[in-house]
Amino acid sequence: MKLLEHEAKDIFRAFNMPTPPGGVAKTPEEAMNLAAKVGKPVVVKAQVLSGKRGKAGGVRFADTPEQAKEVAMLILGLKINNLSVEAVLVEEKLDIQQEIYAGITIDRNKRKYVVIGSGSGGMSIEELAEESPEKIVKLYVDPSTGFLPYNAREMAIKMGFRGKQINKLAIFFLKLWNIVEAHDVELTEINPLILTKDGRFLAADARLNVDDNALFRHKQMMESLKRDPVEQNEREKLATENNMAYVELDGNIACICNGAGLTMATLDAVSLYGGNASTFLDLGGGADAERVEKGIEVALMYPKVKAILINIMGGITRCDEVAKGILAARDDGDITVPMVVRMVGTNEEEGQEILNKAGIPFLKTMEEAASKVVNLAKEAK
Amino acid sequence: MAILADKDTRVIIQGITGGQGTFHSQAMLEYGTKIVAGVTPGKGGQKVNGIPVFDTVMEAKEAHDAIAAVIFVPAPFAGDAALEAIAAQLNPVVVITEHVPVRDEIRLIHTAKRQGITVIGPNTPGIITPGAKQKLGIMPGHVFADGPVGLMSRSGTLTYEIAAGMTYAGIGITTAIGLGGDPCVGLTPIEAVKLFENDNDTKALVLVGEIGGDAEERAASYIRENYDRPVVGFIAGRTAPPGKRMGHAGAIISGSTGTAQAKIKALNDAGIPVAEKPSDVARLLQDVL
Repeated sequence: MKLLEHEAKDIFRAFNMPTPPGGVAKTPEEAMNLAAKVGKPVVVKAQVLSGKRGKAGGVRFADTPEQAKEVAMLILGLKINNLSVEAVLVEEKLDIQQEIYAGITIDRNKRKYVVIGSGSGGMSIEELAEESPEKIVKLYVDPSTGFLPYNAREMAIKMGFRGKQINKLAIFFLKLWNIVEAHDVELTEINPLILTKDGRFLAADARLNVDDNALFRHKQMMESLKRDPVEQNEREKLATENNMAYVELDGNIACICNGAGLTMATLDAVSLYGGNASTFLDLGGGADAERVEKGIEVALMYPKVKAILINIMGGITRCDEVAKGILAARDDGDITVPMVVRMVGTNEEEGQEILNKAGIPFLKTMEEAASKVVNLAKEAK
Repeated sequence: MAILADKDTRVIIQGITGGQGTFHSQAMLEYGTKIVAGVTPGKGGQKVNGIPVFDTVMEAKEAHDAIAAVIFVPAPFAGDAALEAIAAQLNPVVVITEHVPVRDEIRLIHTAKRQGITVIGPNTPGIITPGAKQKLGIMPGHVFADGPVGLMSRSGTLTYEIAAGMTYAGIGITTAIGLGGDPCVGLTPIEAVKLFENDNDTKALVLVGEIGGDAEERAASYIRENYDRPVVGFIAGRTAPPGKRMGHAGAIISGSTGTAQAKIKALNDAGIPVAEKPSDVARLLQDVL
């Protein structure tokens, strides 16, 4: 689950991590009032779950409360990466001595948390890694000890800080680590972390992604956010409610399969035969008839779909259940586009008998099925 | 011979009284797996499918001389169940459960590593050795045949698809390992290659990968330098868009890393042919065996 900047900063402040003074506004008037309260030049930032907000015009400066109202009006009308801006964060514009990068994420290969820092913040860490990798400091956290104060001081020193600033920055990193541990964070970034001309460190930005699998441990946080973990359209919502993995794509062939790897491979096979998938729909393991019918229903709600490919390799999923689900969907008149069924594995014969009786054709190999559905989709255009 | 599970592997099932545990322990018994005990805290003394249930892993191990653990415990408690199996020195520990929090995964993986214990998964179909009629997992046993090929994969049904194609072509396997679909898993592809390297019966390898991370690239460079038997690859997700999780938590292209194209190139550069379709894997194997 990705948190908005202002939601992440609420958590930062709960851990005594300094952020610039300000607040969240949903209207230009609120933005003006907040700017007046700050009493200094401010920055007004779009609150959307998207990177590159600055480049999209979602981050603007204002010297007066009236200006803050004007820029808030501009930003609140924007769409950034197809997301409409519903709120802005109004914060004091800081007197910058240095922009710093601080982040923690997970290294898949080492299977460890990795703390990342750089004295050259501001640009994205990917760009920085491309341009001057020597300016990036990394520390892999020992899972048996966690991230320790001396680790944090070492990072600050390697990032070029000296004297009192070593401890000040180290404390910042340690707080970030405490947040990661307390909230099951899989990725956090402060970019930039600002060192002001008067020697203070403040989190000017905040990115915080919480592990979806750990949300059961964070009911209190979820309640305080007062929103769903992710923004989903009605089809995505229905799929999630039914424990299916569902991704919408640009093509016109809905691929309904069991298992993530098989579904991906089916999408690839469709492409290999000259078609394009509209839908990745993984029914998951052990789908029964009802679930298969629901999967077909979800896939057909997407207007782009011109044909359906059902590809089942029966393991814990039983072909007779799949056949019953297909039959139920057809008998309810749900299936409004051409459909190709490929079904093998557990209870294959029983399943095929059900389809035979119902006059629904089926194929035995993925290749035949993929090539046939591509042709049907072309004819349907 | 085989790796990780052979005819002497005595298995306990953690979470045996739950729906999944009961269903799959029955399927495992039917296949031939030597399940000696089950564990569910608070249900000690019961029996499931004729198997005695214990309250703790240590009790089950001591009573029945168990070697390995298979875990069906729900995600919030799976990490703890794995740590209990590791503390009892069971090896390997196979974590079938999906949606285990990554913080718990990191902890259990490193605790096992320090003690030299192999963790398979989480989020894996498990391991199967057809020659010994042993499966520690949820895969349909009948699609796998005994033979000379080692099979490793990040996904479940795709592995069954490929194994079924191999079986149809008359090519069997020593052991198949589901490595798991999560970003952080216990046994990595490189470690799996090393295990197969030490097994003289494994004459060739199939590496089934998918988008996300760079474990396949790393395995490819290890194979290029160290592994001299033939290897055939398959990579799922050639058409997957960046930034979307494709069913598995680990199957996501982040920025420019984790693409199928990069993995295919790395495998090809290591002299490993990569099948375009799952059914081509058996064909490519016939060329090299």
